[in-house]
Amino acid sequence: MPTPSRYWREIPQRYRLEAGKCTNCGYVCFPPRLVCPQCGGREFTKTKLAESGKILTYTIIRVAPHQYVDQVPYAVGIAEMDDGVKLTAQIVDCKFEDLKIGIRVKIEFRKIYEEGEAGVIYYGYKFVQE
Amino acid sequence: MRDVAVIGIGMTKWGELWEKSLRDIFVETALLAIEDAGVDRIDSMYVGCMSSGLFIGQEHLASLLPDYLGRTPVPTVRVESACSSGGLALRQGFIDVASGMSDIVLVGGVEKMTDVNGHEATYALGTAADQEYEGFHGLTFPGLYAMMAHAHMAKYGTTREQLAMVAVKNHDNGSKNPLAQFPFKITVEGVLCSVLVADPLRILDCSPITDGAAAVILCPSDLAKRMKKAAVRIAGTGQATDTIALSSRKDLTWIESTHIAAQKALAMAGRKIEDLDLFEVHDCFTIAEIMITEALGLVEKGRGGKAVEEGLTSLRGKFPVNPSGGLKAKGHPVGATGVAQAVEVVKQLRGEAGTRQVRGAKLGLTQNMGGTGGSSVVHIFEAE
Amino acid sequence: MAGIIGYGAYIPRNRIKVEEIAKVWGADAPSYKKGLMLEEKSVPSPDQDTITMAVEASKRALKRAGINPKEIGAVYVGSESHPYAVKPSGTVLAEALNATPEVHTADFEFACKAGTEAMFVALNLVQAGAVRFGLAVGADTSQGAPGDALEYSAAAGAAAFIFGKDPIVAEALDTFSFTTDTPDFWRREYQYYPQHGGRFTGDPAYFKHIRGAAEGIMAKAKMKPSDFQYVIFHQPNGKFPFRVGEMLGFEKKQIEPGWLVSKLGNTYSGSSPLGLTATLDVSKPGDMILLVSYGSGAGSDAFIFRVTKRIDEVRNLAPTTRHLLDTGKIYLEYGVYAKYRRKIRKAE
Repeated sequence: MPTPSRYWREIPQRYRLEAGKCTNCGYVCFPPRLVCPQCGGREFTKTKLAESGKILTYTIIRVAPHQYVDQVPYAVGIAEMDDGVKLTAQIVDCKFEDLKIGIRVKIEFRKIYEEGEAGVIYYGYKFVQE
Repeated sequence: MRDVAVIGIGMTKWGELWEKSLRDIFVETALLAIEDAGVDRIDSMYVGCMSSGLFIGQEHLASLLPDYLGRTPVPTVRVESACSSGGLALRQGFIDVASGMSDIVLVGGVEKMTDVNGHEATYALGTAADQEYEGFHGLTFPGLYAMMAHAHMAKYGTTREQLAMVAVKNHDNGSKNPLAQFPFKITVEGVLCSVLVADPLRILDCSPITDGAAAVILCPSDLAKRMKKAAVRIAGTGQATDTIALSSRKDLTWIESTHIAAQKALAMAGRKIEDLDLFEVHDCFTIAEIMITEALGLVEKGRGGKAVEEGLTSLRGKFPVNPSGGLKAKGHPVGATGVAQAVEVVKQLRGEAGTRQVRGAKLGLTQNMGGTGGSSVVHIFEAE
Repeated sequence: MAGIIGYGAYIPRNRIKVEEIAKVWGADAPSYKKGLMLEEKSVPSPDQDTITMAVEASKRALKRAGINPKEIGAVYVGSESHPYAVKPSGTVLAEALNATPEVHTADFEFACKAGTEAMFVALNLVQAGAVRFGLAVGADTSQGAPGDALEYSAAAGAAAFIFGKDPIVAEALDTFSFTTDTPDFWRREYQYYPQHGGRFTGDPAYFKHIRGAAEGIMAKAKMKPSDFQYVIFHQPNGKFPFRVGEMLGFEKKQIEPGWLVSKLGNTYSGSSPLGLTATLDVSKPGDMILLVSYGSGAGSDAFIFRVTKRIDEVRNLAPTTRHLLDTGKIYLEYGVYAKYRRKIRKAE
């Protein structure tokens, strides 16, 4: 799993949802990239994702990778944010019965996982119901 | 480009092979293929393996495997494209023969998955996804396909029962395959009450953790004729890629890379999908088979669930899918799967498939896929 | 004159009732409820901690302040449950708010008054002109030992205040701190749960210091209890704030708007700060507010605020504290609560 450097490098995305907007075609890349996947463009302006959106699909993970075993069961979903960008994240503070395609969610800052008792604590974004 | 034929196949029983190491599994299987082909020389080797590094801490298979096969200094390439590693190895082997660079090529696939516990295996398989933007959030492969299932069910009305029917059909076929990991039948009720892995997918919707290998021997068609070998020709090959993250796809319910790869292979073979007699596809999860039948063009978009319910894809149906038992019943040692699909199609086209023989089979298709469709590779085989 | 230019609160959605805890330990729930005036408390989800709550509370404070986060010159987090023993909570907060890299950050600790510590320093830095805006957060996810009296009240929450000179929502007219060395409640390093001195935590600790700070600031500012619309005291349980208020000459109605503990529990470093956010939510221009915190060890910080017209403009720019307290509650059973709070011993 990520060493501190791998996690630290993505902090602008994990903490602040910083993205890149292609100056040529307007496509928003999250995370930012060097090449626009839509038009091949190489120039971008800094932007930030919208903080609200609606759930396109979701699941409830019951068998997890070893770093997430303590969190089971947890919901994960793909939301289309209000700026059109699709984002994947856990959905928390939501009863499983209330999970439906189409519910509105917003971003909240949460712990993603901890590397055991002594390792780094990883923070990032999750969805909560709006 | 020369015509390429498959002149030898090899596969041993798949399952939890506690007594066998990755080296053992690969070598036993490769020897079977070499013996079946009746060749003494190998010009090069291509081996598909998703992640020996994560499963057994071993890389550099490109040295290890020719070494243990007793064939150094034969040039060897380890091919990786997550779950389509095997199919991709086959394509590389095909290109090596078709180009005239090599005459006799061994294509193998192997994975040893049971030397780690279930959670570690889940993690290793998860490395086929976007680590920073899918894996980081705790997603697993069942989780990703579960999200595709939910979306497909919402958009097209595909039902939980239709998903279960895929598993039941594949076990029906697998019960006729002595090399399968789970050669027994199951029921729809059994699937529906098996334990949840990632809603709505249950354990019986998911292909298992398996140790195993498969191998084929390729050579130019006219060499096969000169050797008087029963040959099956590779009539077409196609490969395509798509975004690694599911959230980047335009349509969460459609596998574009399989669609493109199939179109390419069919064009190369000069065939339409309806011409083909059997299909070995990548049913890593029941929903995957449903979406693949749509992407291949066997059925209209959204009709994959109905198709399996109506028996279209059963062994005696119009388009037999996964006569081997598929990944679900046969097993899914990741890197080996793509090559095992070829082994099954060749067996079928040779008329050697026993009680699961598709009658009159002349043309077969294999479709092998990586991740949630980030890579797909399709081959079309024709009996000579 | 410096003061609060923005404020925000965060309370997790989970709750557990006193009865639910009492039944596991065979305790007399009605007597706890009556004796401590507690009904239920907030419980953080496993993915919440002092840092995550501080970020959300601070984002709300930023909404009310309407400033560019890059202009924040100081970010302070006061807690007794910082996620790391060594590595500041403040740096994660500053990064999440986009206040980095030109910012001073420090973590504060002083039992339950770490939040007002942070406020005291941030306010005075602004007053001194050393920074333009200073952010102070009081946040905790503290634990009570299973079966101990503190388990009924130890809760989670965060309150954030941005101080500046303009545009002011509540002017800070005065501050006063009262401190002695009094070992009433403590936790040694590497210990999981704190310990306390039982009844010793009353008169020589809580009451002495709150009275010392309250009387001290009122003498300094030449004010009396009736000059204030509202007073907020640290709330370790439901009874103590009313008792100390009575001792000092305050009326119940002055205490009630900021009295959250019966439904929230004791949020430690968030306790009186959240009382302040709740009070600001209902205050009117011109209201005088007295805030007196208490931290074991021991000490109290007192502040006098005067609310300005701007409260009407900013109040509804973020959720009110009562809204967070009363809506969207998820009730937990003791087993799930124990799992969330890592009180269940697991395999390595």
